[in-house]
Amino acid sequence: MYFNSLSDFINMGGHGLYVWSSYALTLVLLLSSVLLPWLNLKRTRKQLSRQLAREAARTK
Amino acid sequence: MWNWLKTLYHRLGSPKWFYQITGKWLPWFAMSSLLLLGLGLVLGLAYAPMDYQQGNSFRIMYIHVPAAFLAQSVYMMMAAAGVVLLVWKMKMADVVAQALAPIGAIMTFISLVTGAIWGMPTWGTWWMWDARLTSMLILFFLYLGVMALREALSPQEVAAKACALLAIVGVINIPIIKYSVDWWYTLHQPASIKLTEKPAMPASMYLPLLFMVLGFYALLGWSVLLRARAEVLRREAKSGWVRELLKDK
Repeated sequence: MYFNSLSDFINMGGHGLYVWSSYALTLVLLLSSVLLPWLNLKRTRKQLSRQLAREAARTK
Repeated sequence: MWNWLKTLYHRLGSPKWFYQITGKWLPWFAMSSLLLLGLGLVLGLAYAPMDYQQGNSFRIMYIHVPAAFLAQSVYMMMAAAGVVLLVWKMKMADVVAQALAPIGAIMTFISLVTGAIWGMPTWGTWWMWDARLTSMLILFFLYLGVMALREALSPQEVAAKACALLAIVGVINIPIIKYSVDWWYTLHQPASIKLTEKPAMPASMYLPLLFMVLGFYALLGWSVLLRARAEVLRREAKSGWVRELLKDK
């Protein structure tokens, strides 16, 4: 560990706000760029299989 | 090796095979990205020694540099997919190109915003019309342009060709980004790490960067595969294998 204490770590020698805001923004964007496509994939699967079931019901 | 690549290329051209094989690849991309990003994050934030000139603000490098690196790399992949689509008419290339655009835009956005935040304590300004900054902003608009073009045009085949063309033409911006820091040296520093040379910093400083770059790449693969799989299902909704796949769900 490079820092001596937790408050040192958070403060980052006065640059804390810059460092933490950059990392927070990046984390949110990175997580959403896998979370949103994942939810979309699940939704697409569900939508298509419902559509398929409707078609099957119609042809019966 | 060549034959193996050729087989892989032809198989990846098949939507069904693409969907099946990427399902197996996904957990590996997911796990390695979480592992590498976690490692890079902890090492970069807490263990790397402070830069004596910039203080702790230099830790922004561990996200800024990978994001900027990927922003350009994703663009070149998108243009390469465009070439494959236009020359060999491989439709799966367009699915991949479509999946690459949003993550490329996000990477460019991250590099622009973290760069601005980093600029404040380092240069005393959020923004300047420096060549590197401006050419990265143009890259961001190129991504948005490609995405808007796809939304605006129909049918899909026409949109695909137009996007491929725009992506290929926009590649001219990539060498401009790369050499901007040497040609017009106004604000942004030239590259301090080159692939061909040993970095002029201790391992405790550059190893976290290496992990972050690899982690960003793994996350890129994860994100692109998820998007491409959904798109394959939508485009192939009428085909037998998708019906078969979704029947028992």
